[in-house]
This record gives sequence, C-alpha cells and structure tokens, in this order.
Amino acid sequence: MDSSRTFSPYSPNTPEDRRAMLEAVGVGSVEELLGDIPSRVRGAPLALPEPLSEQELVQELEVLASANRHALEGPCFLGAGAYRHFIPAVVRAVASRGEFLTAYTPYQPEVSQGTLQAAYEFQTLVCQLLAMDVANAGMYDGASSLAEAALMACRVTGRSRVAHLNTLSPFHREVVATYAGPQEIDVQEVDPAGALPLRPDTACLLVQHPNFFGYLEDLPAMERLAHASGALLVVATDPMAMGLFRPPGEYGADIAIAEGQSLGIPLSFGGPYIGLFACRAPYLRQMPGRIVGRTVDARGETGYVLTLQTREQHIRRERATSNICTSQALMGLMVAVYLATLGKAGLREAAELCYHKAHYAASLVQRVPGYSLPLQGTFFREFVVQCPRPPAEINQALLERGILGGLDISHLVPQGWLLCVTELNSRREIEDLVRVLRELA
Amino acid sequence: MIQRKERPHLLDRRLLMDRSVPGRRGVRLPPLDVPEQRLPPEELLRGDLDLPEVSQPEVVRYFTRLSQLNYSVDTNFYPLGSCTMKYNPKVNDEVASLAGLAWLHPHAPGPCSQGALKLLYRLQGFLGEVTGLPGVSLAPMAGAQAELAGILVIRAYHRSRGEQPRRTMLIPDSAHGTNPASATMGGFQVVGIPSDSQGNLDLEALKGKLGGDLAGIMVTLPSTLGLFEPHILELCRLVHQSGGLVYGDGANMNALLGQANLGDLGFDVVHLNLHKTFSTPHGGGGPGAGPLCVREGLAAFLPAPVAQRVQGNGAEEYRLVRPEHSIGRLGAFHGNFGVLVRAYAYIRALGGPGLRQVSQDAVLNANYLLARLKDRYELAYDRVCMHEVVLSARRQKRRGVRGLDIAKRLLDYGFHAPTMYFPLIVDEALMVEPTETETKETLDAFIAALEAIDEEVSTDPDLVRTAPHSTPVGRLDEARAARQPDLRWRRGRT
Repeated sequence: MDSSRTFSPYSPNTPEDRRAMLEAVGVGSVEELLGDIPSRVRGAPLALPEPLSEQELVQELEVLASANRHALEGPCFLGAGAYRHFIPAVVRAVASRGEFLTAYTPYQPEVSQGTLQAAYEFQTLVCQLLAMDVANAGMYDGASSLAEAALMACRVTGRSRVAHLNTLSPFHREVVATYAGPQEIDVQEVDPAGALPLRPDTACLLVQHPNFFGYLEDLPAMERLAHASGALLVVATDPMAMGLFRPPGEYGADIAIAEGQSLGIPLSFGGPYIGLFACRAPYLRQMPGRIVGRTVDARGETGYVLTLQTREQHIRRERATSNICTSQALMGLMVAVYLATLGKAGLREAAELCYHKAHYAASLVQRVPGYSLPLQGTFFREFVVQCPRPPAEINQALLERGILGGLDISHLVPQGWLLCVTELNSRREIEDLVRVLRELA
Repeated sequence: MIQRKERPHLLDRRLLMDRSVPGRRGVRLPPLDVPEQRLPPEELLRGDLDLPEVSQPEVVRYFTRLSQLNYSVDTNFYPLGSCTMKYNPKVNDEVASLAGLAWLHPHAPGPCSQGALKLLYRLQGFLGEVTGLPGVSLAPMAGAQAELAGILVIRAYHRSRGEQPRRTMLIPDSAHGTNPASATMGGFQVVGIPSDSQGNLDLEALKGKLGGDLAGIMVTLPSTLGLFEPHILELCRLVHQSGGLVYGDGANMNALLGQANLGDLGFDVVHLNLHKTFSTPHGGGGPGAGPLCVREGLAAFLPAPVAQRVQGNGAEEYRLVRPEHSIGRLGAFHGNFGVLVRAYAYIRALGGPGLRQVSQDAVLNANYLLARLKDRYELAYDRVCMHEVVLSARRQKRRGVRGLDIAKRLLDYGFHAPTMYFPLIVDEALMVEPTETETKETLDAFIAALEAIDEEVSTDPDLVRTAPHSTPVGRLDEARAARQPDLRWRRGRT
C-alpha cells in the first residue's frame, strides 16, 4: 500500500516509537494487547472511502458546500427559530482561540479560569437580558431547554401536567413531547383566547414570546392564568427581542429560556446553538445543567468553579435533575463576546433595525393586492402573510430570482407564509421581494 | 523538581460590568435605510437594558487574556480519562466555517441544501460501518442526549411488541453517571450490577437480575476501567435471552475503531461521542454530538430527522425524513451540524486504515504509560488495558498524600490532570487517557513528572498537598461556592 495513504498527520508515532514502546510493555505487537476482543468479531477492514490529503479534503468539502445555497448568498427571508444576524469579527476571533476551543469541561478550575470566568459572564448576561435571578451556563438549544424547563416545573410543583399555548413552535412542541412522554407527563394545548382556568394539577404554562408566528403574547394575562392555578409560568423568548421588549422577568416568569443562536452564532444548518436557561432564585437547586460560581482560593484571590454539582448526574446519578453534562460552552462564549461587543446601545439598535425593517416590509406586503396579514397584535421581526396562492409556489418563483422566501406554514395557517426580516435585509431587498410578490399576485 | 514559586500576580480579573463606561461600544451598526416605523406602546417596551459598555480593543484583550488562563489540547498534554482529549485538526474547523455550510439555514429548501444533506447521509453510512449498526441518526446534540434517545428507542421497541411494560435497566457500578440519569429520564428503574475482582462485570450477579421485567443493559466498552469486557458475548446472549436489549455507551470507542464490530458483539443500540473519538473540539464543555447507531430492526424508532437518499429521474436526491415510529425530535433542527462536518472531515482524512491505526496507537500509548508507571503507582487492576489506564494513589495515600493532591501537582508540571476519583469503585482513582496524538517524548515527560511527584510525596509531602503553585489561582474554596452561591455579577458588590 502507498505509505503516504496510511500515514496520519494527526498521530506522531513512528515505527521506531512503536517498537520502543512495545518493548517497554513487553509484548511483540499491539495485537497481543487486544487479545480480550473475541476473534470472531475482528478482522474485517472498515469499508470506508480512501483517505484524503488535506488539500483533497478541502476540495471535497468545498464541492459539498457549494452545492448549498446559503443565507448570505443573496436576499433571505427565512427565520422560524434560526435567524440571520450580523456577527462582528471579534466573536469568531475569540472563539477560534485554541485555549477556549480545545479545552474541556473545567474539572480542574486552577487551569480553566478562562472558560469559567467566561461562563460566569455568560450567566450574568443571560440574567440581565431576561431579568431573571439566576442562569445556568447553557443548554443544547432553545427547544430542549423548554423541555427541560417543563420537567423542572414538574419537579418544583410535584405535578405532572404541562400546558402550552397553540402558538408554540411546532418543533419545540415535539421536543417537549419527547422529553415528557417517558415520565408520564401530560402535555396539553390551551387556547389563549379562551383563557379558561388551567387544570389544578398543571405544573406549568409554556408561553413563547414572541411566539412561533412572530407576535407578542399577552404575558400579564398568561401570568395570571398560570399563577391562579399554582402553576409556574415558563417563557420561551428570543434574545434579540430583548433589546427592545420587556423581559420575561418583569412579567413574573418563574423560568425563562431562549434559543441563543441570534447572539453571534452562525446558522450552520441548525446547530450547534445554545439554550439560555434562567429561573427565579428559589428554584435554583432544581435547575438542570452546569452552573459556575465565584469563590476564592487559599490566598483569598477571586476564582471561579463549577458549583451546586450535587444536582448533577456525575454525583447524583439516577436522582440527578437531568442527564445533561454539556453547557455548549463555546457557544456561550460566543454569546458573551457578542453581547459585550454590541453592548447596551448596540443590542437595542440591532433590535430596532429588525423591528423597523420588518414592519416596513409588512406595510408594503399588505398593500399588494391579494396579500394580507391575518394575525393581530405586535410582532418583532417575523410575521405571517396570507398569500393569494400556495406559499410553495411563491417560494419557488422567488428562488428562481435568487431570493430565499419565508417558511411555508400553510399546514398551520391557510396559505400561510412566515416572513422574517432582520438588520441584514436592505431596503432594496425588501422592495425587490415586494415587486416579485406583486408579479405573483 | 519544580519548586514553590510566587504565583504570578493575578491579572486584572474585573468583570465586563466593572469595566463598563457609559458611551463606549464595540461595534457600529449601519444606519436605518427604511422609513422609521411606529414603535409599539410603551408598556411593551424595555426600560433599561443592563449590558456592558466596552470598546472593541477591551473586548479582545479581556477575552484573550481569559483564554490564557486555560490549559487546552492546543497548549498542554490533557490526559483526562474517558474524555479522549486528542488533537483537533485545524482543517476541520476551517471547512466547517465555509459559508456554504456555516451559513446554511436549517429551513433551507431541499434544492438549496443538497450538499449538506449528502454530507449527513454519507456520515450516517460511515458511522454505521464503524459500529456495524447500520441505522444511524445524527440528531442527538451530545452523548447524554443520545443516551436518552437510545433508552427511548429501547422503550419504543418493547412497547411495539405489545408485551407487559419492561421497567428494569441494568447498569454496571463502573458506569458514567449519565447512564443512570438517562435511564431515569427515559422512565426506567435503574438496577446496579457490581464488578468482579478483575474489573469485569459480575456475570453471576447479572444472571440473578434477568427476567421478564428486564428492558436492557447499558454497557460501556471498554469499561470506564479501561478494560475490555472479556465476557461481552455471553453478557449480550444472556440479556437477549431474557428479551432485553444491549445499549453500548460509545464513550470509549477510541479503543475499538476498526478493531471490533459492535453489532457482531451483540450490541443493539450504541451512541458515539464525536467530540471524543472523532476529534471535534470540546469547546470548554460543548458543543458535542452524539450520533445514535442501531440494529436494522430498530431503525424505525430512531430520533428524527435522518437523512435519506432517493433516486429521482436519473439523479440522486437527498432529504430529511422522520423514521416511521420515531421516538421524536430532540432539538429544533437536525443536530449539531457544525460538529458533524468536522467528524466527516476527520473520517475522510483517515479512512479505514487510518482509523484502525488510531485505536492501535491509543492502546499502545496507554499500555506504555501503564508499564512505565506501575512500579510507582498501584494499578486498579493489574492487566493489559485498552485506551486508558486507571491508577490508584493508594500507596501515596499511605504516605499522607491523596490522588487529588497528585492531580493538582501535575498542573505545576504543565500537564492537565487525569480524571480523578472515577470510576467510583476504585480508591483514589487517577484515570489516564493519553490518546494516539501524543508523542513518546510527551509521554516520557509525563511519566517523569509522575515519578518526580512520587518522590516529592516522600521528601516534601506538603509541597504536593498544597499544589498547584504555579497556576493563575490556587485551590479554590468549592464548599464556599456551594454554600454561598454567587452566580452572577451584581451592581455595587465587592
């Protein structure tokens, strides 16, 4: 075999190294070290494609990447849980540092203060953004955070029914069902318009705000509805909206979660993202996930450690609050750098840019004959358009003109089309979109 | 010998909010290019937004200085057992950041995402081949989430057979804590199985727990003791005979790449940790990815979505589908795609022979450490190990120094500590996993450090007991952190 094909650039052992180590071990070959593996499951070489050099590898991935039409290639109006926002160069520069990128969970705090202090910053920023008391260091994504929040509410209240509004993202809903099912927790949809009292055994009311369709919910009413039955109010929000709108903590939310992707994380076909997870102080010890705390070392110097670990799987095993170990630490770092870079004024401005552009787009779209906005209320950067023909046809026609249209939600709203506009959409893009819609009316 | 030295004067540890000065900012946004729209009523709007105000150079310096407080694979040998802290190839980060991958929207329509879907489909095939279990879902976003998914697959399988519900999940006492936690989240009752004197699962104890209530067993192979379970075939046979399924925790797959077919061994469901075996960066504690691989007959239960190839009018087309009896979704989208891209690139770079060489070198390196250290440090089990070796600091403890102290002292020598006090069944455990990407010179330096520390235990035990001495901070008061939780910055505190 061509030796250049078997040589791995990632492993340094030479034949001489191996010989010397085998001698020290006192065996003639590595095979002898693998003697416990039953011979009948051994032997067959892996049927994988031939290895590639780095140059060939890059070329192969470039071919795969160019077979996609990505969201920066031209106008894009897709959102529905994953958003196109500008990411300052600082975010990637910091997150690419090997010291952050190639470290692991800070089990040895003395040599992990970078990761730990960054996580403490993240927790602070999440609390401030959502106006909550305490936050953990991060969860997998927004949807799984909501599922974990539902389980947490059941632990806190000792109840086993979860209610949610019919405006909750269908994807979130599915994830909640996946997590709730095996624990025999009932998941029930309630109609906000009906505003019926919740059943007395309800652990929590899950409210997405802005909801899947982009609109704000009546959180004061939802707060009364939940708390009147002794249920917790769990709010799933959008961190970019927090630059403009009142945060869940000010509405009396007991647990607040959010998909953090908008804050400096690339779309990356759906992941990795990060779930923000915060709650009121009394529920701290029922919270899942990693938590970083500030303390002191032997000399009284400030330092940070993983704390309250008796909630976690590696200590509590089958009695843990969750099986989760990861905190998506790198994504948490990106969120922290993004928020530090935008800062107080920048996040507000970014949110306002989204708001004005989305509302400008909406005002133009609803003036096109045949198109309307079927939902009432206040939206942020997404809204539902009712189209004169199937949204799939409209998306197809837009794509032919180089525009990625909105999400087809005709299975939820008749001829419904979920359109998202962010600060990255220029006035020209918006007006081009509207021109095509007029042609398609 | 590395002496006590003055700890470098601590750099400025002030937090972002303490650095905040009104009027500073780190980035300028473009002006509004559309007519200003009417804002909603005041009661919906946010009052004060309490975020830091810092300039861009401050942000960069602050976080760069923070990064320098970390040990990492890029800077230090990091033999953290069971975590497979191998080198993370830089090219994998680079290809994952190609705009066509990094900026692909998860709702992009099929014709716009064929490259990504083809990558997912091929990766499913690669991982099916590596494990010998052809049904693969890449949806789980971490190993622990994959465990939950795998447990739910087992639950769905039993339910589909319409029998009485089986509620017992057997878990060896050496298992990772995630195993019992996942089984509980999946609605099962955890029953422990002890290890025998050789570190193997106690087959006699297992036999006593078999029966009609048995849903399955969760096995880590090699075990967390770094040992290959010699009775694995018999174990799988017994569990299957009782109608249970065998779950394999793939945390230690680095020992088995290209060496053993897990399907042939008798595993029904296995998860892999791409951030361990397949070299994707650990990121300081995520993101990871935990693909789930199952036997053909269980593929219909896999978490959604999975990638599928269809032949349509002469051309192949890829799409995401929901398996027929799927346990459901685990996240809003399709898994941690950016991590999956890196693992794909790793497998393409190494190919079959390269992956096989990985496990051979990983096992050789671990046994080299074992052979060179066993005179100084007691072995948890005196036998050949796989990709990691579990030492016990029992001898040093008799001289008044604990495993924890030795681990901390290693930091002074510039090495990350091994995993400490795990597995729980080994007294004063130090679990060392060198991986295949370290040089013999590094391993020799690590051995020399552990030998020197063993000397210090005799000559200057206090030096070891008070270690580390050269790190940015000394031992931290964890009890205080838990007793008086301080979990966020607050205005006006000291």
